[in-house]
Amino acid sequence: MNFEHVGKIIDRYQEKRTALISILHDIQDRFNFLPEEALRKVASRLRMDLNDIYGVATFYKSFSLIPKGKHSITLCLGTACHVRGGPKILRELTKELKIEPGQTTADKQFSLNVVNCLGVCAIGPVIFVDGKFYGEMNPIKTKRIIEKINKNKKRNEVKS
Amino acid sequence: MRKIKSVSDLERWRQDIISKQKENGVVISVCGGTGCHAYGCKKVRDQFAKTLRKSGNGQKIRLKFTGCRGFCERGPIVTIQPQGIFYQRVQEKDIPLILSETIEQGKLLEHLLYEDSTTKRKVTSEKEVPFYKAQQRLVLGNNGLIEPTKIEDYIGIGGYQALSKALFNMKPEQIIDEIKASGLRGRGGAGFPTGRKWENCQKAPGDIKYIICNCDEGDPGAYMDRSLLEGNPHSVLEGMIIGAFVIRGSHGYIYVRNEYPLACKNAETAIKQARKSGLLGKNILGSGFSFDAEITKGGGAFVCGESTALIASIEGRIGEPRSKQVHTVTQGLWGKPTNLNNVETWANVPLIINKGSKWFSSIGTEKSKGTKIFSLVGKVKNTGLVEVPMGITLKKIIFDIGGGQQDGKRIKAVQTGGPSGGCIPASLFDLPVDFDSLTQVGSMMGSGGMIVMDEGTCMVDVAKYFVHFLEEESCGKCLPCREGLKRMREILDSITEGRENEEILSLLEELAEVVADTSLCGLGKTAPNPVLSALRYFRPEFEAHIHQKKCPAAVCMPLIQYSISEEVCTGCGACAKVCPTQAIKGEKKQSHHILSEICSKCGSCKDVCKANAVMVQ
Repeated sequence: MNFEHVGKIIDRYQEKRTALISILHDIQDRFNFLPEEALRKVASRLRMDLNDIYGVATFYKSFSLIPKGKHSITLCLGTACHVRGGPKILRELTKELKIEPGQTTADKQFSLNVVNCLGVCAIGPVIFVDGKFYGEMNPIKTKRIIEKINKNKKRNEVKS
Repeated sequence: MRKIKSVSDLERWRQDIISKQKENGVVISVCGGTGCHAYGCKKVRDQFAKTLRKSGNGQKIRLKFTGCRGFCERGPIVTIQPQGIFYQRVQEKDIPLILSETIEQGKLLEHLLYEDSTTKRKVTSEKEVPFYKAQQRLVLGNNGLIEPTKIEDYIGIGGYQALSKALFNMKPEQIIDEIKASGLRGRGGAGFPTGRKWENCQKAPGDIKYIICNCDEGDPGAYMDRSLLEGNPHSVLEGMIIGAFVIRGSHGYIYVRNEYPLACKNAETAIKQARKSGLLGKNILGSGFSFDAEITKGGGAFVCGESTALIASIEGRIGEPRSKQVHTVTQGLWGKPTNLNNVETWANVPLIINKGSKWFSSIGTEKSKGTKIFSLVGKVKNTGLVEVPMGITLKKIIFDIGGGQQDGKRIKAVQTGGPSGGCIPASLFDLPVDFDSLTQVGSMMGSGGMIVMDEGTCMVDVAKYFVHFLEEESCGKCLPCREGLKRMREILDSITEGRENEEILSLLEELAEVVADTSLCGLGKTAPNPVLSALRYFRPEFEAHIHQKKCPAAVCMPLIQYSISEEVCTGCGACAKVCPTQAIKGEKKQSHHILSEICSKCGSCKDVCKANAVMVQ
């Protein structure tokens, strides 16, 4: 991992402590998670205690201290999605992927996240897979989405 | 983009934009809201652009990619002006037809028109769609007229006119009086009078003051702030600049949830455009007043919707609320006087300045003025964003606009106010909706989530859901909220698993009262509302879980079992096809059965069974 970029991110925010959350967002966008090495660099450049940085990194749900999988699946469990069967989708996802929310599959293919609202309430239950929203989900549609990603993966492997 | 240095510059720009717009014969608007995105509106837009480019029609036809139109459930939505045609569920393959039939020959495409479910009649224009008929879209309506990333569109519909009026024709005190007289109350939830907040902040001593726009919108089930900031960011920004002029604020922050990337992007673009054209930054419109703004991203914490926690988050700290003995209008961001309002509140400000407080206060009820945007979602036929005058009844919103029940199940309640609110039973649907009436029945306005629940929704499960949510989102600073909610959740868990007795309900109520009385911030103080309101109106459901060990709505998994009626089953096999665990066995045209040991109780079979043979007990 190349941590030079972390320095550039901190430069962009002029070493401002108040920009900590934005800095962490940018680091996560770059590395897909918050590597310890990067957080140490942030601590020393912002002249902050590493503890405080970990405090912020673990308080806010958007941040992850462990590497995320290649495909990110985010399930919305806001009220509207909940009453329209969101928990059934969660059961299907955990069964298919064999991981709990917040975890990544052993082959580093999938990360599963649950959020409290994605703000697409009118078409719930909603899942957000690799940057795309899927509305009016049900267990069988969920299963098919995962199958499709796996199939594409296999096809790509054969091709290469 | 022009640099605007005076009011007359702005007016000239507007006139130029309007005369340019007149050159367009036809305007095709594709809704680009997040709901429509899920249905593939981007492909629809791209296809339009491609086809128009090829046919060389691009000059006479203007293609707009607008913000959210509200009727998300029927997306992607396309409207055609000046004919006023409203097409819904538009797909890529429809585009050549729309262009050749509708645009060129003026023929309507039947399959894209909305069908009124009561009259079974196809309707042509937006105004005739029942979903829109009873609405008064003062704030949200402009979303459909403009492209959010084009400042020219906003200027063209009279944008920044309120700002120039405020800067040159009004004194800060006059603006405060106008906002006070309008009766505008904070749209974020608590409903504090906006004018009074501004006045307190204006009077607070200090040279440096800040403006904050709260777009944290953590309430699950509410997304009007998202749609406003995505669809009409300049209206929010204009409100903020006027607010800053009143309190003499030098800098503003728009705090946006991390889950809303498009809102961040569009607001960022709006800020850049406003800065470039002289509407933001130094010496705005040549008035001598300077103000700038920027975006700050949240980190996914519900508690950060609370003003002091939000401020802590902007300062780069953990989002823990503090005691409000000293209000944020006196000591807010970095200890300086700070005026914080919600997205929808800010978007109402230009309207009031333009049209006057008298006009604004003529809409609504005695103590709640203007309109309110609600996200009408859950178990109702027409889901989406609705903007209605305060004082409209719940019945009108749910049945006239929402079209009533979704799939044959009777509607029994509506949840308002998010995790701080409560469930209102159908028997109270004649209630006029305003800040005070909702509080009286044990719920609250909140930011405007309206989640409809039917017989298939278990109220104990909903109460449990909210307590789970709040337990997770509690920042952990004070004990009653942190530990009290945990214990309440444990109790609700065991009720839904059929492991409790009668006495537990009084303990639950007592706990709820302690949490409400002794928590520090709004999150804890209002946390028991969902439980208390469910107990108040739906106690028999709790009792059924406790005494009969049954879940009447067939939701709580440990208490239910799926089976197929041998007599009713036609053997069509639809259930076996959708079963994700292959738990349904049976020969074709023979009665099927469910293997209970591998059944995941997902209910997919029940959803597809046309013969109604799947039973839940």
